[in-house]
Amino acid sequence: MKLDINGRSHEIDAPDDMPLLWVLRDLVGLTGTKYGCGMAQCGACTVHVDGQPMRSCVTPASAVAGQKITTIESLSDDASHPVQRAWIELDVVQCGYCQSGQVMAAAALIRAKPKPSDADIDAAMAGNLCRCGTYQRIRAAVHRAAELAREDGHA
Amino acid sequence: MRDPADLPAPSRRRFLATGAALSGGLVIACFVPSAARRAFAAAAPPAPAPVDPNAFVRIGADGTVSVLLKHSEMGQGVWTSLPMVLAEELDCDWKTVRVAHAPAAPAYAHTAFGMQMTGGSTSTWESFEQLRRAGAMARAMLVAAAAKKWKVDPASCRTEAGFILSGTHKAGYGELAEDASKLPAPATVALKDPAQWRLIGKPTRRLDSRAKVTGRAEFGIDVQRPGLLVATLARPPVFGATLERFDATKAKAVAGVVDVVAIPNGVAVLAKHFWAAKTGRDALEITWNEGAGATLSSEALRDEYRRLAGTRGAVAKTAGDVDAALAAAPTRIEADYELPFLAHAPMEPLNCTVEIGKDRCEIWTGTQFQTPDQAAAAKILGLEPEKVTIHTTFLGGGFGRRANPASDFIIEAVQVAKAAGKPVKLVWTREDDIRGGYYRPMWLSRFAAALGKDGTPVAWSHTLVGQSIIDGTPFAPMMIKDGVDVTSVEGAANSPYLAAIPAHRVDLHSPKSPVTVLWWRSVGHSHTGFAVESFVDELAHAAKQDPLAYRRALLPAGSRERRVLDLAADKAGWGQPLAKGRARGLAVHASFESFVAQVAEVSLEDGRIRVHRVTCAIDCGPVVNPLTVEAQMQSGIVYGLGAALYGQLTLKRGRVEQSNFHDYRALRLDEMPVVDVHIVDSKDKMGGVGEPGTPPIAPAVANAVFALTGKRLRRLPFALD
Ligand code: FES
Ligand code: FES
Repeated sequence: MKLDINGRSHEIDAPDDMPLLWVLRDLVGLTGTKYGCGMAQCGACTVHVDGQPMRSCVTPASAVAGQKITTIESLSDDASHPVQRAWIELDVVQCGYCQSGQVMAAAALIRAKPKPSDADIDAAMAGNLCRCGTYQRIRAAVHRAAELAREDGHA
Repeated sequence: MRDPADLPAPSRRRFLATGAALSGGLVIACFVPSAARRAFAAAAPPAPAPVDPNAFVRIGADGTVSVLLKHSEMGQGVWTSLPMVLAEELDCDWKTVRVAHAPAAPAYAHTAFGMQMTGGSTSTWESFEQLRRAGAMARAMLVAAAAKKWKVDPASCRTEAGFILSGTHKAGYGELAEDASKLPAPATVALKDPAQWRLIGKPTRRLDSRAKVTGRAEFGIDVQRPGLLVATLARPPVFGATLERFDATKAKAVAGVVDVVAIPNGVAVLAKHFWAAKTGRDALEITWNEGAGATLSSEALRDEYRRLAGTRGAVAKTAGDVDAALAAAPTRIEADYELPFLAHAPMEPLNCTVEIGKDRCEIWTGTQFQTPDQAAAAKILGLEPEKVTIHTTFLGGGFGRRANPASDFIIEAVQVAKAAGKPVKLVWTREDDIRGGYYRPMWLSRFAAALGKDGTPVAWSHTLVGQSIIDGTPFAPMMIKDGVDVTSVEGAANSPYLAAIPAHRVDLHSPKSPVTVLWWRSVGHSHTGFAVESFVDELAHAAKQDPLAYRRALLPAGSRERRVLDLAADKAGWGQPLAKGRARGLAVHASFESFVAQVAEVSLEDGRIRVHRVTCAIDCGPVVNPLTVEAQMQSGIVYGLGAALYGQLTLKRGRVEQSNFHDYRALRLDEMPVVDVHIVDSKDKMGGVGEPGTPPIAPAVANAVFALTGKRLRRLPFALD
């Protein structure tokens, strides 16, 4: 199958049921996308498919052939995406393992809702577990990221 | 590919081997005398080997300061807070500081425990003096090199943000690093007066953020090596079961599967990628000898614990005639508190990568326990421990699970690599993690107390029943005294309330079971905090007194418990009216030499507990990085609250009934209370912050629910009906 990952085309030899997560991590070598549960419970594996956040652990790679897959590695070259800047500014991360997924979920949210309310953040981010408990700073950083994006004129 | 601001993982192991700094500069040799041993609850094991001369800091020709971190970064922030301590004395420019995990070596032994490890909320206090000295020595050597070069008196030199200045002379640390490295390390150095600290105590952002928001931070599960295979292991379905036979025909037919090998704890499937390894494992046909573990059930254990609680256990603490005082008192209160088995469920599932070479072995993993893991691997391979290199990656959470005296996830991976004769990354699925044992034990606390006429307790009996996490480990001789595992009763036998109660007794039963158990964030305090702080609340209500006033009266005046209790109560507006349908509860608990009080504000929404706000006060002594303390309090609260609301593992016919985050739930963002953290400005003894935030939250919430509904929640996780 042919996969469009971060703007590059990859010819992948994998079983049809192989989740996109493992194709990304073990076949393409993009390990920024994480495995946390394998059953759409934690959000660590969140990537964008045609701009929409998706749980790559339950998405067969074959189902997204031809679609535009974006992973954390290509969100920016230099941590300059508003979500990344806000995360750094507000010291969000702890162990960091959930954070690729958090950042990808937040990036999709502020694109869809340039001025998200707390309720919007709850709805969009409740599916992303953080065992370190960074939620309070995530909430603040999503607001901050939205602000930065508006300043940048991204919104 | 990697961000130049982050240290590339492969270079780490060359630090000591070649002496080359990352930037190609030179090494400053620092001999750091072992820091004063700190008296700890458990007697410290033998003294660590002499400190390696250049163990902690390297200065590159470009002025880059590389700090080698002996502790494991697992989210708790040591990647930032510990370099701050060294940089303070070095007087370098904070922007030039880079960090890498140190290899496993005797130089990095914990100053109190004598082995390389991260745990017990000890990292900051145990290395505080050591790192200050390392920084001060490096600075002194740079000054000496400059003085020699400029032919001036060292006393005429001052340092500022990575530069040395004297009269009209000025040079950067990088320019002097080579000369300095040839000088002997000073035998003694003066440390800064705390009044001169510019970095310590200042809110300082994390140094690992950039790597972690770009996906570039390397966790154990991300390790890639040439020819590396991924393995999954089929472990026994019940505790204590052994492998009888297996048929790998179907597993081997799965595309991508390379090998199937048996090890003592199960059958491993090795494949080109995780998906094939997992699919192959699902296709294994295995027969187990299930043994006695197959009849285990948590309900039966619970009955057994209740029976045991009616008998006298090993006495951990006693004063006065408790039985007589209980019999004589007009008011007697009794209660049982019960807590379930819990998995740690760190976000990154356990994993370990092993490459066995001729006379050597390399391991990449996120571990909290370098020394025991290194020894365990060496033993399997018949090597000297120093022939086993451990590359510590970032840890996707630890919470105690990655500090296992049994080194389970290391041993399995080494055995698989050895049996297959191939480099292997053994990866646990989430299901493996939830069902794989090494749990926080199930606990029962049974109390009886008698109140005097004024409502103060005159007798207190506390019987605890739960498995020992120390029994059978190398720590047993130090930590089990007269049949009492000190970790089982911490927070109970040394409860600050006991001093005010003339007759008291704390005793312990330590039943054995095939279920493997381990320390879980806050260890014994994870159960004693809930039990003691709930029961004291019950006594306050029985005495018809305000829970805050009641506790204050029992706690010694001037105690740090009182200080945090007062601060939390004040900041939370204790006693002030609340919106209808809301109530507050409080708890105070000391652990790991820090003191924490929390006030929780709750309501019920659709019959479920909703925690709106937690006001948290901590006294941990002098603070290195307030941002770390604040984050750790939030973190400990989320961990403890998730467990209190949802966490439990149950056993039926020997099987763990839960398997993943859908039935072993964690707190989610939409359930996150607002957490206000207040740090006491304290000059008292420095304590830890990784764990002390966890114990008070469950009782604070339970006490709030009681205030709201009159219903006392005596069992975790909370159930309202
Ligand atoms: S790994 Fe995909 S949601 Fe958890
Ligand atoms: S930062 Fe550790 S799980 Fe979220």
